[in-house]
Amino acid sequence: MEWEAVIGLEIHAQLATTTKIFSGASTAFGAEPNVQACAIDLGLPGTLPVFNKKALEMAVMFGTAIDAQINKRSVFDRKNYFYPDSPKGYQTSQLFHPIVGLGQLDITLSDGSNKTIGVTRAHLEEDAGKSLHEKFADMTGIDLNRAGTPLLEIVSEPDMRSAEEAVAYAKKIHGIVTSIGICDGNMAEGSFRVDCNVSVRHKGDDKLGNRTETKNINSFKFIEKAINGEIIRQIEILEDGGHIPQETRLYDADKDQTRTMRSKEEANDYRYFPCPDLLPIIIEDDYIEAIRNQLPELPDARRLRFIDQYSLSQTDASTLSTNKAQADYFEAAAKQSKDAKLAANWLLGEVAKMLNQHDLSIQQSPVSAAALAELLIRIKDNTVSVNAAKQVFEAIWNQEGNADQIIKEKGLKQVTDSGSIEKIVREVVAKSDKQVQQYIAAEPEKRGKMLGFFMGQIMKASQGKANPGQVQAILKPILDALC
Amino acid sequence: MFSKTIAQLSSGLQNGEFSSSEITRAYLDRIKSLDSKYNAYITVTEEQAMQQASAADKIIAAGQASAMTGIPIAHKDIFCTEGVRTSAGSKMLDNFIAPYDATIIEKFNAANTVSLGKTNMDEFAMGSSNENSYYGAVINPWGENRVPGGSSGGSAAAVAAQLAPVATGTDTGGSIRQPCALTNLTGIKPTYGRVSRFGMIAFASSLDQAGPIAKTAEDAAMMLNVMAGFDPKDSTSATHDTSDYTASLNQPLAGLKIGLPKEFFSDDLNPLIAEKVQAALKEYQALGAELKEISLPNTALSIPAYYIIAPAEASSNLSRFDGVKFGYRCDNPENLEDMYKRTRAEGFGSEVKRRILVGTYALSEGFYDAYYKKAQQIRRLIQQDYISALQEVDVIMGPTTPQPAFVIGEKTSDPIDMYMEDIYTLSLNLAGLPGMSIPCGQIEGLPVGLQIIGNYFAEERLLNVANMFQQATDWHQNTAPGL
Repeated sequence: MEWEAVIGLEIHAQLATTTKIFSGASTAFGAEPNVQACAIDLGLPGTLPVFNKKALEMAVMFGTAIDAQINKRSVFDRKNYFYPDSPKGYQTSQLFHPIVGLGQLDITLSDGSNKTIGVTRAHLEEDAGKSLHEKFADMTGIDLNRAGTPLLEIVSEPDMRSAEEAVAYAKKIHGIVTSIGICDGNMAEGSFRVDCNVSVRHKGDDKLGNRTETKNINSFKFIEKAINGEIIRQIEILEDGGHIPQETRLYDADKDQTRTMRSKEEANDYRYFPCPDLLPIIIEDDYIEAIRNQLPELPDARRLRFIDQYSLSQTDASTLSTNKAQADYFEAAAKQSKDAKLAANWLLGEVAKMLNQHDLSIQQSPVSAAALAELLIRIKDNTVSVNAAKQVFEAIWNQEGNADQIIKEKGLKQVTDSGSIEKIVREVVAKSDKQVQQYIAAEPEKRGKMLGFFMGQIMKASQGKANPGQVQAILKPILDALC
Repeated sequence: MFSKTIAQLSSGLQNGEFSSSEITRAYLDRIKSLDSKYNAYITVTEEQAMQQASAADKIIAAGQASAMTGIPIAHKDIFCTEGVRTSAGSKMLDNFIAPYDATIIEKFNAANTVSLGKTNMDEFAMGSSNENSYYGAVINPWGENRVPGGSSGGSAAAVAAQLAPVATGTDTGGSIRQPCALTNLTGIKPTYGRVSRFGMIAFASSLDQAGPIAKTAEDAAMMLNVMAGFDPKDSTSATHDTSDYTASLNQPLAGLKIGLPKEFFSDDLNPLIAEKVQAALKEYQALGAELKEISLPNTALSIPAYYIIAPAEASSNLSRFDGVKFGYRCDNPENLEDMYKRTRAEGFGSEVKRRILVGTYALSEGFYDAYYKKAQQIRRLIQQDYISALQEVDVIMGPTTPQPAFVIGEKTSDPIDMYMEDIYTLSLNLAGLPGMSIPCGQIEGLPVGLQIIGNYFAEERLLNVANMFQQATDWHQNTAPGL
């Protein structure tokens, strides 16, 4: 019997406000423990929250970006549970009346097909601190710097049927939140975390199977692995006649497997109730429309523009526009080099290859868009050959200088002086008696293919510096004259 | 001197009759010699008081004094005061030195008042007799075996015993008005949101409100002038304009419409109390007021609604006392759960635990609709009752308490009997309205309070109504025997 997976995602996007959702403390990442936690973040007796309007604006931006329902009245609730990194003993969130209601978005799959995924809701909440278990023997350290950082939790409908769809959806949300500037999208630092709800059922069944929730996954690769692993695990249990307990699981990237974090029986009764320290958020149509009208360009619009403005293929435009940082990089390089196609090819080729090898994001690329564009300009004006350009690129990557410096220092400037090229051509021809005889003996229409050997030898003799076009233009008449 | 009102002290200070240092010293000495009898103070801040007094004297000498400059005040130990223990009457916070000032403390400091110390209270403001304090019961100066009321019992006893000319209190269900009634004092619970809650340790956030405990309406008005006002640090604080609460104290009462809720004068009311209240109403008629019977039909529901909402909020507000970051932590915890359980079992007193249990139950899954939600619906009905009644009358009057000060230990074994103590006061907190208690007679040497209820933000009118009564009568001038 055929199985079908049912997947829903809960995405926690950390909002890019400079201060926390209910206090004036900084949200910057990476400070010494507890230096960015004020009396309010520490939950000191008597302290009260004051809602950061910037977080509201960002949540509404997201809602308008996916054309979702925006609730003109939303309410903060308290989610009560004890944990050392939850300083007040409750998390302020929105259960009953979230700021963003129903919406939907389209994802594109690798076979080119589209699918619509429903967004159930998106609500504002505060992040917890961090428990540091490793640093202290027999003790747990608490860092409350992150406590009170604003999060937008984006909850999908259980509309996805494969890991591929889930990753495409997560990437789509990532592209949107980074494009409208409400989240830096930095997954390694935890700015964009994904909880995956997975269940399986026989294809054709209406009823959903028991689901598990795998929490806090912080890379697209891990989302794919965790979901695929979970689907296989659940199917194996069910096929053995077993039962899937409803539970929360953790993904262990080192072992590439999920494991139980807590069962349903251990789950807290969160005793949600409206937070009496905060007033309901009431917003007007004018407020929503003003935000909608000022929305930056969204990934879908950008993709269409890339096709139109830069004549990119559907696939290239789609790949380049999904991730905001990559799209920005591309546009900067395209504009500066005045050759969008060349920029796209390099970005999706050499740049992507190196980033992958070093496991870096585009923001972390040691070669800036401007540095790449300088190199692209030198390819276009024939200063370097494409092959030599790859050497230059590596050197820029290794921080050896800019394109022009490296071309000069390494002597990679393309030779375009036809006298010098002709000299090399004649030397190679003179040394390649056997191949020259084969060339002469060949039928004229097959001779073209035989030029490759000479080209290779000549390029080698010129240390790659000879302009290939010029070489070919000089080589063919010389050989043909011998026939 | 100790019988002087702060209005009298203020003119004495500015006329040079005495200095703030002199009166502060005198109060500190009196506390030292007499407070062992009343247990009104938890902490006396002698050094700080003398410094503040000397600073006030300089301001007075420079001719820059305002009405409150140099006035000694006792603060309920629920307001955070920087560098001073702020215990909320609990073992849980016995070691808690607040690192910041509550907004009202900042305001009193800015007004150059002198803080004599922190007064005793029922633990976390939960109680009506001040018997629930970790620091021991407070004795009512009007009877050595009598309770002073609660939860602001220490503040009331301090003013009634002339250990402070005036004090601050908080009122969640009657905690200013009831102790004032039981100690022959004048107190006002302002409109919810009128005085900032920032830095006031929370009991039930949607009900808590701070106000003054004083000898006269005039003194209460002077105190409220300092305390009232919008605070950007408290989201529930009111933006409504404040008045000079002393401005219309002497406005004649001719034509004042007084509503008498029949539910407050039912057969359940102690006839001796009824007699005193009726006599006061006659006095008001003599001052030109008209009496009108009204109905607040949902009054009977206020106790059950209150004892769902207040404990529900408290159960969440008190979650932060977990032994992790501040306050009491049990000795040698075995693990996290053991630390939570023993810290809270050892740190909280029995009434606090009772309310946490009730509140936790009321909010738990499956019971929320039946309890919390229902209580909130009742709350709206009670509010509606008041709103309609106050369209017909200017103020509402009735008894503050069902009986005078009771004997220590009399009600401790029966919490419901104790909760009935607040039957006339707590509907006001549910409605968010302002209310006062002023002395209106004595029964067998024990004071009786008249409650005056006004419309939202009608504090100026309430104080006027109270002051005119005090101009015509001298009940408020009675002092406890043996002072």
